[in-house]
Amino acid sequence: MSSTVNEIEILNADDAELMRISREGTLSLSLNEMQTIQRHFGTLGRNPTDVEIETIAQTWSEHCVHKTFKSTILYSEEGKAPEQIDGLFPSFIQRATEEIAKPWCVSVFSDNAGIIEFDEKYNLVFKVETHNHPSAIEPYGGAGTGIGGVIRDSLGTGLGAKPILNTDVFCFGMPDTPYAELPKGSLHPKRVFKGVVAGVRDYGNRMGIPTANGAILFDSRYTANPLVFCGNVGLIPRNRCEKSVEPGDLVVSIGGQTGRDGIHGATFSSAELDDTSESLGSVVQIGNPIMEKKIVDALLQARDRNLYRSITDCGAGGFSSAVGEMGEHIGAEVHLERVSLKYEGLAPWEIWLSEAQERMVIAVPPENLDELMEICEAEVVEATVLGTFTDTHRLQVFYEGAVVADLEMEFLHHGLPMPVKEAVWQPPKHPDMASRDEGIGVENPSYTNDLEQLLASPNIASKESVIRQYDHGVQGGMVINPLVGVENDGPSDACVTTPVLGSRTGVIVANGINPRYSDVDPYLSAASAIDEALRNIIAVGGTLEKTALLDNFCWGNPDKPDRLGELVRAARACYDIATAYGTPFISGKDSLYNEYRDTTTGEQRAIPSTLLISAICVMPDIQHATTMDVKAPGNFIYVVGNTYAELGGSHYFNIHGYIGNTAPDVRPSESKLTMERLSTAINSGLVRSCHDCSEGGIGVAAAEMAFSGGYGMSLSLNGIPIGEEINADDVLLFSESNSRFLVEIEPQHQHTYESHMAGVPIGCLGTVSDTPEFVIKGKTGRSIVATSIDILKSAWQAPLNL
Amino acid sequence: MRPRALILRTAGTNCDVETDMAFQFAGAETALVHIQHLISDKVNLADYQILAIPGGFSYGDDIAAGILLAIEMKHKLTNALNRFVEDGKLIIGICNGFQVLVRTGLLPGNNTPQMAQRATLAMNTSAKFECRWVDLETQESPCVFTKGVKASVYLPVAHAEGRFTAPVDVLSALEANNQVVFRYAESRYPNNPNGSDSNIAGICDPTGKIFGLMPHPERFLTKWNHPRWTRLVKTQDTRSEEGDGLVIFKNAVNYVKANLL
Repeated sequence: MSSTVNEIEILNADDAELMRISREGTLSLSLNEMQTIQRHFGTLGRNPTDVEIETIAQTWSEHCVHKTFKSTILYSEEGKAPEQIDGLFPSFIQRATEEIAKPWCVSVFSDNAGIIEFDEKYNLVFKVETHNHPSAIEPYGGAGTGIGGVIRDSLGTGLGAKPILNTDVFCFGMPDTPYAELPKGSLHPKRVFKGVVAGVRDYGNRMGIPTANGAILFDSRYTANPLVFCGNVGLIPRNRCEKSVEPGDLVVSIGGQTGRDGIHGATFSSAELDDTSESLGSVVQIGNPIMEKKIVDALLQARDRNLYRSITDCGAGGFSSAVGEMGEHIGAEVHLERVSLKYEGLAPWEIWLSEAQERMVIAVPPENLDELMEICEAEVVEATVLGTFTDTHRLQVFYEGAVVADLEMEFLHHGLPMPVKEAVWQPPKHPDMASRDEGIGVENPSYTNDLEQLLASPNIASKESVIRQYDHGVQGGMVINPLVGVENDGPSDACVTTPVLGSRTGVIVANGINPRYSDVDPYLSAASAIDEALRNIIAVGGTLEKTALLDNFCWGNPDKPDRLGELVRAARACYDIATAYGTPFISGKDSLYNEYRDTTTGEQRAIPSTLLISAICVMPDIQHATTMDVKAPGNFIYVVGNTYAELGGSHYFNIHGYIGNTAPDVRPSESKLTMERLSTAINSGLVRSCHDCSEGGIGVAAAEMAFSGGYGMSLSLNGIPIGEEINADDVLLFSESNSRFLVEIEPQHQHTYESHMAGVPIGCLGTVSDTPEFVIKGKTGRSIVATSIDILKSAWQAPLNL
Repeated sequence: MRPRALILRTAGTNCDVETDMAFQFAGAETALVHIQHLISDKVNLADYQILAIPGGFSYGDDIAAGILLAIEMKHKLTNALNRFVEDGKLIIGICNGFQVLVRTGLLPGNNTPQMAQRATLAMNTSAKFECRWVDLETQESPCVFTKGVKASVYLPVAHAEGRFTAPVDVLSALEANNQVVFRYAESRYPNNPNGSDSNIAGICDPTGKIFGLMPHPERFLTKWNHPRWTRLVKTQDTRSEEGDGLVIFKNAVNYVKANLL
């Protein structure tokens, strides 16, 4: 490729030609957008250069500007009048945060990550990103650069936060998928699984950031479109949370060199995948964690000496986005020949767009340059002055003295025409599974096998073989590990860490995700994800009062009204449930177009509509934290929260081949009090262990508590508080109703505990045994589960022991 | 004057802050110093009595864990290091730092005319990175860092290359000189997490002043770092808030106070 600039002939192009230019250039621009660009350059009387049209395409991409969440939606739902929604983000997400109005929210939705208060000296930043499309094509590199990218989000927030914790959530196809059933061009889920885990492990471990929270889900619909969510929490001094750029500041790039890797990442991820996507190898970046560690080491010193005024990461769109965003309100001038290259031969637009990893851009007042360079030299990090921030309100790019782009900031950032999109929601109707207790001809059913099968289903089974590959102890602050219990192998609900060594102030990080409920109703799926993330926070000793949320939507093609209808349902739930619990959103991200198109059959396959909710809570004193493993025989096991007949989308239905129609609802009018009371009970030392009821309901939660603690249990379903009449044992045992916990109470605290929980539905199920026997009696008193914790534990540990 | 500890950093070091805190909690005056500053004489190693090489992935552990930093130290800090050792000062290498000390030849260290490597820390027999807590047995040794340390200690490991192995004569010399400081309490996986020869988790030089270990004492500075503290604390736990790892750093500081100031 030559290092020259080409003019793109659009002034006289017809619509078909405009679309050909967009498609063949991987620009992912719609006809309306191409026409807008054509009109703009028409008034200028010239064609755009390749640098210019590429800059616009990156800046306007779904990945960078989130058109779907900002555009007007015409929404219709069965039996209701059509309504117009003026943007999902302002209407549901941002509005929730504004109405909740927590004083400890320092910066929301404006910087690279959300910022909340931590203690007198520090704030916390938190961001979760996805790296789905790259991980589908090249799992190791895609996942590694996913974690690398989100770490740079923390580093690019305020004047730069120190990364202190990683969280990773993955969704893969079924590990036992037969090779013959693989969609054309897709990698086997096992290969994706191993590659992604290795990528996250090698990047996170080398960076010295504990990876201490996460989840791994499996569903055949993720085979062609795996999801890789990477999150990072950072610690930042309270007086380093604001940034500004002044004309005259130098545009300085710091970190890695620029090559032809990762070109078109932003526009690529704004399109569907098919069997040819694999050939787009150059869209995936190459990671180098040691380079990124050096950048962190150098920049945090420069930050503490106040050497720069603003910082952002080179993510999607490379320099074009980073410089374009930083100079949005004033202008910038960049000279591309100054960029340090990995090798010769890049065209100017490639230098400008490359998503080569481990690069940050900072705005440096000229008088500070020498001191900055001194730090970079000592840390052996390359820093290059690329240009200057100006007061021209233009983005001007030069290559060897020649102008290669000259764009108005106003057009670049505000010229994008917002589409009006249509959305429809039609509730599905699935066959329901009859309760086995009520089934014909089933005499005296035992649920022991069902429980073992549930524990062994890949979504529930132990993830220890993965967790142990992540360094979760580095930085020395871990207080509640991802693995807990008498043998350090039980599934903790959340992790707790103390980022300031010597202080007892802790950070809790947890997540909630329930894509199966989307098959019934994405509203309930989203509501349940929030409830689950909050339950996990509460279970280890957090409070609703100090918890903030992140939303990460992974959806199919939003240009299709039914997919968009699901997105509307989910976003509405985010508003309803977040405001009811008083937990604000501080940041979020969406990844759309997670669809696979079979080029031979033309068949379209979308992922299940998937919302990840990540929660972060500040815990004033970590010595009140608790874990989910039972502690001592003779203690009582209580259920907290009402059970309803809600098996739609449950794992119990799933192992029997059903979806059902009654997914778990969230009822904050009763559950907010439940969570608040339980939280104070835990923080008063009344609770010896606590585990939330999620996948597999009370049955799975009780089994996990028992085998993690090394003691059996003797329980009866008669103690379960119910929100509606339920007679069937399997419904009581496996319903996945939200806002429920199992807690372990010492006999000496029983009365204090019960009076403390007055007004909250609680019920005693039985006791912890001093034998390994795990026994549950049904409603009529007959034994419905009779096994041992050793059998349950090996069923749970065997499947994913890779 | 307080004992002074230099925490050595380079590209890829990542346990530096907690190692620094450990020495601070133990009463030392500390400095985090990049190796470039020692090479350029901006910082003088002779101003310190303790040198700590923390965990991490120095230079990405390219070629093998710790080797590039070891070469850099051997060839660019030769005189300063030799003098430090001759002066009877203390060196501790944790995890990647242990790998570095073994590759410089400072460990096992006895009678090597020049710094030459005589043992290694190879890939774990499990062939993967593992993060877990392990039971250790403290051995009778001249190591100044482990004076008065309990007979059994519980500490976390987190590494992919931690299998200590050496030629038979080196191993028997280690045993004869009581240079083995910590052993994994059991030989079977995962309690011996990496398949080390003779379950070796940490060794010292014959003087006991240079100490390297794979486990991370700096990750157990308070009792809340113990992975099962919630099982202990509300029943029989009467310990102070101090974690079992801190004593190793205190011993170093106390030794310096008594002998080097």
